[in-house]
Amino acid sequence: MDDVREAVSSAKSGPAWGGGSLSLAGYLREYGKRIRAGDLGSLPIILGLLVIATIFQTLNQNYLTPRNFVNLILQMAGITTIAIGVVYVLLLGEIDLSISYVSAVAAVFMTMRLRPPDGWPWFVALVAALIFAAAIGFVQGLIITRFKLPSFVVTLAGFLIWNGVVLILIGNGGTVIIQDPVIIGIANYFLPALWGWIAVVGGAALFVINRVMGWNNRRRRGIASTPALVVAFQSLAILLAAVFVVSIANQDRGVPFVGLVLLVLLVGFTFLAERTPFGRYVYAIGGNAEAARRAGIQVQRIRVLVFMISSFMAGMGGIILASRLRSVDTAAGGGSLMLNSIAAAVIGGTSLFGGSGRVISAFLGALVIASVENGMGLLGLSAGVKFVVTGLVLLLAVLVDAVSRRGRARSGVA
Amino acid sequence: MGKEPTLQLKGVSKSFGAVQALYRVDFVAYPGEVMALVGDNGAGKSTLIKGVAGIYPFDEGEIFFDGQPVQIHNPREASALGIEVVYQDLALADNLDVVANMFLGREMIQKPWRLDEAAMERKALETLESLAVTTIRSVRQPVAELSGGQRQSIAVAKAVMWNSKLVILDEPTAALGVAQTRQVLDLVRRLADNGLAVVLISHNLHDIFEVADRITVLRLGQKVKEFIAADTTHEEVVHAITAGTLQHVPGMVQHG
Repeated sequence: MDDVREAVSSAKSGPAWGGGSLSLAGYLREYGKRIRAGDLGSLPIILGLLVIATIFQTLNQNYLTPRNFVNLILQMAGITTIAIGVVYVLLLGEIDLSISYVSAVAAVFMTMRLRPPDGWPWFVALVAALIFAAAIGFVQGLIITRFKLPSFVVTLAGFLIWNGVVLILIGNGGTVIIQDPVIIGIANYFLPALWGWIAVVGGAALFVINRVMGWNNRRRRGIASTPALVVAFQSLAILLAAVFVVSIANQDRGVPFVGLVLLVLLVGFTFLAERTPFGRYVYAIGGNAEAARRAGIQVQRIRVLVFMISSFMAGMGGIILASRLRSVDTAAGGGSLMLNSIAAAVIGGTSLFGGSGRVISAFLGALVIASVENGMGLLGLSAGVKFVVTGLVLLLAVLVDAVSRRGRARSGVA
Repeated sequence: MGKEPTLQLKGVSKSFGAVQALYRVDFVAYPGEVMALVGDNGAGKSTLIKGVAGIYPFDEGEIFFDGQPVQIHNPREASALGIEVVYQDLALADNLDVVANMFLGREMIQKPWRLDEAAMERKALETLESLAVTTIRSVRQPVAELSGGQRQSIAVAKAVMWNSKLVILDEPTAALGVAQTRQVLDLVRRLADNGLAVVLISHNLHDIFEVADRITVLRLGQKVKEFIAADTTHEEVVHAITAGTLQHVPGMVQHG
């Protein structure tokens, strides 16, 4: 064994790949090669968003205005939040159809606790509703793993059950008004101009500092790292984007508080997925559950935890949606909420077959769906047309993914 | 041969119901040597390996590791001793990159929660370098992009990274082409040259004569012969596999 160690230490001198930064030209060449081979990343969806924005702006001058920009953030907040949980479930190669009515149950539960006779303080009601939602995920996850049932069926049963529970809780045909100012504020409060600047630009600055420190750490340890110029360019782009967002929002009502909530959720759940052992195990199980099991990973426990995340995020999304409406009613969780949330994750680039996708795809997909709905709302088109177009966008996203995957298979990149 | 065996099995048996899969088998693996384990289908090769790996314990017999008597009840205990098995179906997650696969389930952690990616990448590079696995473009590419030989190399590197003393390879070249087989056989030889004890299961006698120092032949759950590779021939080994003398006739009722 000592010989092995000796061989290891003598190997440190001349690594064949690692070592130092790639040159800028080398980096760009590598990137170009991947693109041509069909590894497109977020490129199609960003192009798609540009196309959507151009079309609607040409058709209606009110599309690209500060007011509509802020509206878009408000409209996409609920779906994005729910879709973050969907991304985790899809990463496992599972599905959760109960999300829409779990979100409604959480919102209704919270609203009831706020009212007399209970009259709980807002934070107690909020936390209790989220714990309740997570508990639903725990039970569903436990049933799926213990009895080896398909998640499709178990969560479909959940979909029906929680729909019924919402109707029972609200009673005959009523609407329950939310009166607590803090809960209403979640989706209706806007940061004063200065605070908007501090929060968003400060957050972006922290992100950039973290990125540069991580890059420097890799460079110091002699592992191949991105060229300095690329890191500088990325940092600048993030800061500029932050400045752009705040300056636009401040021309209208300001940065919505719910926008900050989204930012925190996206960063937090991206960290969980990509920087922690838990996230690594989720990807591993989605890629090859047997390999994960042999590596000593507690596959069933991770599965249950992911269904808890899914329900928890659904609950959070439901509360955001209720806050926006300032009430809950028997229609909560209905309509196309569940399908839109799953579609958001898929349009954003998360695979239905497990093991591939990113948390940010929840945001990108929800942005596409909200942009289309918002734009067609401005044009005064009917709900029917909205559904058809959203469906076509979903189909297009999946087609682009399938075609690029074929390109990858052909060129041997993936 | 003054060396102490890394692994020594004395008279191990295992039966599944009425089927006697192993009967009083002795087996040794020495450090710095490749021990080939051969035999026809159903000879008991897999059963022997799974007993050592802790998948299921032997019914009787003794296990010595580095001269000490040990018990192996589960895979965790096996890896704690320094026994690693590279299974035929490689147990790699295609969607994860090389580093993530090599550390799967044993990630290096930074502060409370965070993966220490830089340290893992560094160590993965060092391990691959020490095994002279140099055909991989980047340790950050998904395993799906690798060739069969490269994947096998990663699976082996993953096994030897953990201070292992004994590496068991189950049919490592079964699915590979000529050049890829070459790569993997070279790697197997290097493991032994680095001082590890290597057990190689294979159906391919050509491969075995190329890298093995010793050859143990199993037939119908019993050990029929142990050869020194340099002192024997293909014909002798084939004869042992198909018609080696059994000390115990299968189907005979056992007493004690």
